[in-house]
Amino acid sequence: MSSISREDVAHLARLSRLAVTDEELDRFAGQLDQVLAAVARVGEAAVADVPPMTHAVPLTNVLRPDEVTPSLSRDVVLAGAPAAEDGRIRVPRILGDAE
Amino acid sequence: MTSTADRLVEFDEVLTRYEPVIGLETHVELGTASKMFCGCATTFGAEPNTHTCPVCLGMPGSLPVANAAAIEATIKIGLALGCRIANWSRFARKNYFYPDIPKGFQTSQYDEPLCVAGHLDVEVDGTTHRVEIERVHLEEDTGKNLHVGGATGRIHGADHSLIDFNRAGIPLVEIVTRPVPGAGRLAPEVARAYVTELREIVQALGVSDVRMEQGSLRCDVNISLNPVGDLEWGTRTETKNVNSLRSVERAVRFEMRRQAAVLDSGGRIVQETRHFHEDTGTTSSGRSKEEATDYRYFPEPDLVPLAPDADWIEKLRAELPELPAARRTRLQQEWGISGTEMTWLANAGALGLVEQTVAAGASPGDARKWWLGDLARRANEAGTELGELAVTPAQVAELVRLVNEGTINDGLARQVLDGVLAGQGDPAQVVEAQGLAVMGESDELVAAVEAAIAGAPDVIAKVKAGKVQALGALVGAVMKTTRGKADAPTVKRMLEERVLGS
Ligand SMILES: [Zn+2]
Repeated sequence: MSSISREDVAHLARLSRLAVTDEELDRFAGQLDQVLAAVARVGEAAVADVPPMTHAVPLTNVLRPDEVTPSLSRDVVLAGAPAAEDGRIRVPRILGDAE
Repeated sequence: MTSTADRLVEFDEVLTRYEPVIGLETHVELGTASKMFCGCATTFGAEPNTHTCPVCLGMPGSLPVANAAAIEATIKIGLALGCRIANWSRFARKNYFYPDIPKGFQTSQYDEPLCVAGHLDVEVDGTTHRVEIERVHLEEDTGKNLHVGGATGRIHGADHSLIDFNRAGIPLVEIVTRPVPGAGRLAPEVARAYVTELREIVQALGVSDVRMEQGSLRCDVNISLNPVGDLEWGTRTETKNVNSLRSVERAVRFEMRRQAAVLDSGGRIVQETRHFHEDTGTTSSGRSKEEATDYRYFPEPDLVPLAPDADWIEKLRAELPELPAARRTRLQQEWGISGTEMTWLANAGALGLVEQTVAAGASPGDARKWWLGDLARRANEAGTELGELAVTPAQVAELVRLVNEGTINDGLARQVLDGVLAGQGDPAQVVEAQGLAVMGESDELVAAVEAAIAGAPDVIAKVKAGKVQALGALVGAVMKTTRGKADAPTVKRMLEERVLGS
């Protein structure tokens, strides 16, 4: 059962901002299919009276009080950015020429 | 992007052929001390990128923990809007790529919001409109982009952008209405009244400063038109960046007129995001739809579910303050004023000020007279809000007391107010410092009265001949020589005693 198409992979790649070659689209489609098939076995155990689970621990309401704690120094923050200007992180043009 | 000259149909004409359906999504930035999922401070206006940490920068391996005060504030907003509070609620990741969102997703809520199914009644033109609330959920704010190299900070034509993540992760509550049909020609006003009332409520709850000009309350306005009588609603547009109450009304009005022209010409409305332009009051087509809303929501694995129990919810309900609508009804009764007068007070932003002035000892009538009269005029002239004038309700109450005691008259009171507004102290201090008190029957006043009599023999002759009202001119003369500091009735009596000998 091949449920992941080349188009699906291309779409995911675009959403993830990943450059994927034509050859990789075919390869990843096959690989992702196998991954999905493995995960699909969970469905066999998930019968109607088992509610969907997103957390492995039976915890709720884990909260912290509204208290300020120290932030990082700005120099440290900006050192991790590819580029900075005027205390801010510099990024390339957001809108392309077409827009 | 902007089609420079959208064809528009006259507003009244729109209503002859179409019915509007509006919907509003309002974002309220909460006034917590720390961010939603980390302990960074939320102070407005700090140096860029000084309030960030591994959590709000989305560093791998960092773990968020939800802010209890933000959860409680959201539940309170839900309760104030008559919502049902979910007993099971989760955060979800809303995935999208944009530079102001460091994690590549916004932590939000999807199919399990904290509050659902409420309503807010607003009054427009004497009729009540019920706006149904679909949901109230909690999410986090994004960073702020500064666009460089284009025209005045616009993203279009910019060369690059600079990002400040101080705001990223500040708790943001989103309040979403259900579609509101049936408002007809009042749709623009209903939209505005809804946001106004919502702002009042949030302010009363004390969970946000709801300052639209600082972006702590932001509004997206959905509008569609359908032919009169059609059961099916039209395609809607969503107008973003609507950042003042007046603009909410203008945005609805403009979109109704624009959409009517498109439909009239046989065109179709495109479901899209539009941007509101404050300067022109128009909207223009927004971001490209190429990647239309594939947010791939999924439950946030790093945050455990919220399960508010009944005790917690009831404790929060008990903490709710008197809400604005109830307060208006109570004050209207206490002050014995009409609904129209109450609306004026509320619209002038004077309700709280009058209430505090009354609490400080003034009568409701006197308090209203000053705030809606002289002070409203001064605020208007200065282009500020009443509440931003440099005078406190307690000072206005003191001014009223000085007038009622006879220490000053209305004319002097205005001069005293000038002094207070100029930062010269409390009214009594200004009276003292500038010698503005009304004159008693002092030697100075006696001299002024006698000088007036001596200087106008013709008037005296008239009065003695029986034309008593001619004395009015002399009262005026005395008020003038005393620069308004005399008490007019006293002056009149003194003149009568001397001229008529009574
Ligand atoms: Zn942080």
